[in-house]
Amino acid sequence: MLDIFARFGRVGLAALERLGRGHLLLLQILLGLTSLLPRPKLLAAQIHSIGVRTTTIIVVSGLFVGMVLGLQGYYVLSQFGAEDSLGVMVAASLVRELGPVVTALLFAGRAGSALTAEIGLMKATEQLSGLEMMAVDPIRRILSPRFYAGFISMPLLAAMFSAIGVIGGYFVSVGLLGVDDGAFWSQMQAKIDWSEDVLNGVIKSFVFGFVCAWIALFQGYDTIPTSAGVSQSTTRTVVHSALAVLVLDFVLTALMFGG
Amino acid sequence: MGPSGTGKTTLLKLIGGQLRPTRGSIEVDGQDVHKLSRKALYQLRMRMGMLFQSGALLTDLSVYDNVAYPLREHTNLPESMIRRLVLMKLEAVGLRGARELMPSELSGGMARRVALSRAIALDPMMVMYDEPFTGQDPISMGVLAQLVRRLNDAVGLTSILVSHDVEETAGISDLIYVISGGKVIESGAPDALMDSNSPAVKQFMGGLPDGPVGFHYQAPSLSEDLLSMRGAK
Repeated sequence: MLDIFARFGRVGLAALERLGRGHLLLLQILLGLTSLLPRPKLLAAQIHSIGVRTTTIIVVSGLFVGMVLGLQGYYVLSQFGAEDSLGVMVAASLVRELGPVVTALLFAGRAGSALTAEIGLMKATEQLSGLEMMAVDPIRRILSPRFYAGFISMPLLAAMFSAIGVIGGYFVSVGLLGVDDGAFWSQMQAKIDWSEDVLNGVIKSFVFGFVCAWIALFQGYDTIPTSAGVSQSTTRTVVHSALAVLVLDFVLTALMFGG
Repeated sequence: MGPSGTGKTTLLKLIGGQLRPTRGSIEVDGQDVHKLSRKALYQLRMRMGMLFQSGALLTDLSVYDNVAYPLREHTNLPESMIRRLVLMKLEAVGLRGARELMPSELSGGMARRVALSRAIALDPMMVMYDEPFTGQDPISMGVLAQLVRRLNDAVGLTSILVSHDVEETAGISDLIYVISGGKVIESGAPDALMDSNSPAVKQFMGGLPDGPVGFHYQAPSLSEDLLSMRGAK
């Protein structure tokens, strides 16, 4: 009986310890901004590899999600004879919810897992130790630029996702289902509020970018330096990111739109 | 020197400040490594080179860029100057012609030589070698040993070399410490150590199977283990 308690205690302590290490790492990564600012090229290179290379999956997914929204929305709205509001529905769903959330999930799968595997392998092959002995702080030189690149890329990718999604919805609604062209756009323009809808969505995607990049880098940096360890960390990045994004999305939505 | 698993690599990591000692202190050039601020530690490391067993080259950069890396990170030298320095360092290890190769295209021995030229890129006062001879063929082993010695004398380095290759190490060292079980059991010039009376040192230097250092990892007796049913299905 006591054994079970002891085991629970150990698991709890290990989890708390990991949480502590994660926050300490985050602090060091954030402080790394001071050495990143004089060298914007490092950041640009990472925005390219983390952000730009993720655009394909974002654009394609955005297009199809928007088209599906058009189809599904038409089904519901046409029952009330409100097809003209399809533009509002598509845009609101994308900007407030699906843009930030789906982008974050795709980002975790595409860029987050890659980051974890990269950092984890660098640790397993002693490259991080090697940097330390060359008097180069791996947290400032390797982790910080990647973190800020993720933080900056996420809102841009989410914006791209939403924009392409609206276009996809437009194709389906106007092209396929015969919704009035003018009504689609004008209703959207009238009903979508800049700060209520768009800004809140952008805030969400900044939060998701922060969390996804943090999780991916921590999992990589904290990995057990073996092949099984790296594979485990990569999986954990995707699972933890997805859970964090969905839970945070609920909290943020409740705070923003719940009242 | 010392048998495997006695903490030789750990000792190097302690000297470099990558691990913290639970007890005691380590001084490099009069500075207590583990009492230094982060900044001072990094400044001290700039004067230390370390050659990892695996080489620890940055796999995304070519040989040239790997050697140039510490120069680009820590100095503001113009690219033309960096080029000259890199070529000189690569020439010293005989790999000037391999500068366009990526680390994945190098053999283990070549990777370690590149890592060596990177370790001396900033002209350190001290270089630490972690098992430099492991996995080298006889030719490159001999060349590498001579290289370590020549670099040491030409640049006026302090070299700390961790190894269990008795012959190669004894051939180039001024002073050898034999470590076993986490303790220094003997120290002195190579010749003196060869004549040592300590059984553990004798066993290690002579590569003898019998002596105080056991070959087997701690285990119950074989017959007991074979006959025991524990763990059997």
